Amino acid sequence: MKILVPVKRVIDYNVKVRVKADGTGVDLANVKMSMNPFDEIAVEEAMRLKEAGKATEVVAISCGVTACQETLRTAMAIGADRSVLVETDVELQPLAVAKLLAAVAKKEAPQLIILGKQAIDDDANQTGQMLAALLGWSQATFASKVVIGDGKASVTREVDGGLETIEITLPAIVTTDLRLNEPRYATLPNIMKAKKKPLEVVKPADLGVDVAPRLATVSVAEPPKRSAGIKVADVAALVDKLKNEAKVIA
Amino acid sequence: MSLLVIAEHDNASLKTATLNAITAAVKIGGEIHVLVAGSGCGAVAEQAAKVAGVAKVRVADAAHFGDQTAENLAALIVANAAGYSHILAPATSNGKNTLPRVAALLDVAQISEISAVVDADTFVRPIYAGNAMATVKSADATKVITVRTTGFDAAAATGGSAVVEALAAGADLGLSRLIGRELTKSARPELGAAKIIVSGGRGMGSGENYHKVLEPLADKLGAAMGASRAAVDAGFVPNDYQVGQTGKIVAPQLYIAIGISGAIQHLAGMKDSKVIVAINKDADAPIFQVADYGLVADLFTAVPELVAAL
Repeated sequence: MKILVPVKRVIDYNVKVRVKADGTGVDLANVKMSMNPFDEIAVEEAMRLKEAGKATEVVAISCGVTACQETLRTAMAIGADRSVLVETDVELQPLAVAKLLAAVAKKEAPQLIILGKQAIDDDANQTGQMLAALLGWSQATFASKVVIGDGKASVTREVDGGLETIEITLPAIVTTDLRLNEPRYATLPNIMKAKKKPLEVVKPADLGVDVAPRLATVSVAEPPKRSAGIKVADVAALVDKLKNEAKVIA
Repeated sequence: MSLLVIAEHDNASLKTATLNAITAAVKIGGEIHVLVAGSGCGAVAEQAAKVAGVAKVRVADAAHFGDQTAENLAALIVANAAGYSHILAPATSNGKNTLPRVAALLDVAQISEISAVVDADTFVRPIYAGNAMATVKSADATKVITVRTTGFDAAAATGGSAVVEALAAGADLGLSRLIGRELTKSARPELGAAKIIVSGGRGMGSGENYHKVLEPLADKLGAAMGASRAAVDAGFVPNDYQVGQTGKIVAPQLYIAIGISGAIQHLAGMKDSKVIVAINKDADAPIFQVADYGLVADLFTAVPELVAAL
């Protein structure tokens, strides 16, 4: 079984986000970029399935600027066998990414596509579901456990009320939640090895996909600031404030 | 112009999140229809018909909608999408699971978790874990939208008298099926709808402490109980307690953060609360930068004192 793992290059999760003064977006100049943390979990899950003998090949794929090659090298350092970059400078929105991934998936014919449930930059939480729709496949989003069976998979999902387990028909899409696994660190020998693994570059036009954005960003602003309040001396003072100043308890 | 709101329900009752999404639809403007897809969901349709502002309730009642699987639900919504300028759902786990699938099938963008409506094409949504607010304008014929429930008040559950009509259910795609659910059973209010939330973090030390220390406080206040990611990852409480960027987004009247340091991902889920109280023994914890009232104290003595004082 082949597994496809889409990965996104995003601002590193430790970086403090700053809105640009002209309100056109977030300042990404000279900012550390990394693989989307949810996608790291996806790569790790694919590797565990390969190590368990459930998968034979893991192919990483990324869509975006040339620098996404670094993200693909990271995926290959974790263990992906090879990778594909769909290279473009156009701002890619989830629908465009899903179309590019669907085009690659039709060529690669994987049985499973595992990707993060959301990217920590646009927080859209759309690409996996859209990809499933475009391919006409089943989907298991927000996964915290994946068990591969014969032509089926059983996936435990984190939902509002707790957990639910569904059975999906392969081929299928799985999107990862935080508690699916803890990704390994790439070792130095594996980082070196990853540099020699195959990385194919294609363009959206080669795949026949129109990637024009559908949403225009009018402006990006700082959220309303919440100022720090006061420190109270003890429990009695806290209760007094809640009752008489904030009036949130009777 | 007509708008379609997808109802969130459990086949027995309409969930409050639907009422928040209806308010977002009211702000956009137009005739509001509600789609209730479920199995044996007649009572839900009746409740939806009473919601103020709803003109029509469309009901698809069939066994294969009972578990809200995304594949069947999305196919139903798409089959009935004609004529709607906007399709909205609350940004619950069901809404987030299903609506992107609808958008892709309609070949339109989805606008995720809007927190405000500017006009019929333009919306505000948080990005980067709420560290920036983007105003986006859609050029698509149909706007597919998930609604951040904390951004909109709930519509009145009574006062409406909508027409109820049955929809053809369509075929079961058979792509996925529910095997089982482990849902947290609790007599407390739901996190998303609670007026007061008592939330615990890593500082609780164990699941046993979490329950022993926080439950009496939650009982006294009639509060829902939440947790930080650290507390969930450590196994103190199940995943559905998690408040934060990737957990639940809440905005109660009062949020009491106990033994929570205040990682940015946690703040993303609760910083719109009206009043925030933090109890933490570390005076430098970032949670104090957003708290209205901070108490630097050992939670194991302060919380029982608080329970006694209330």
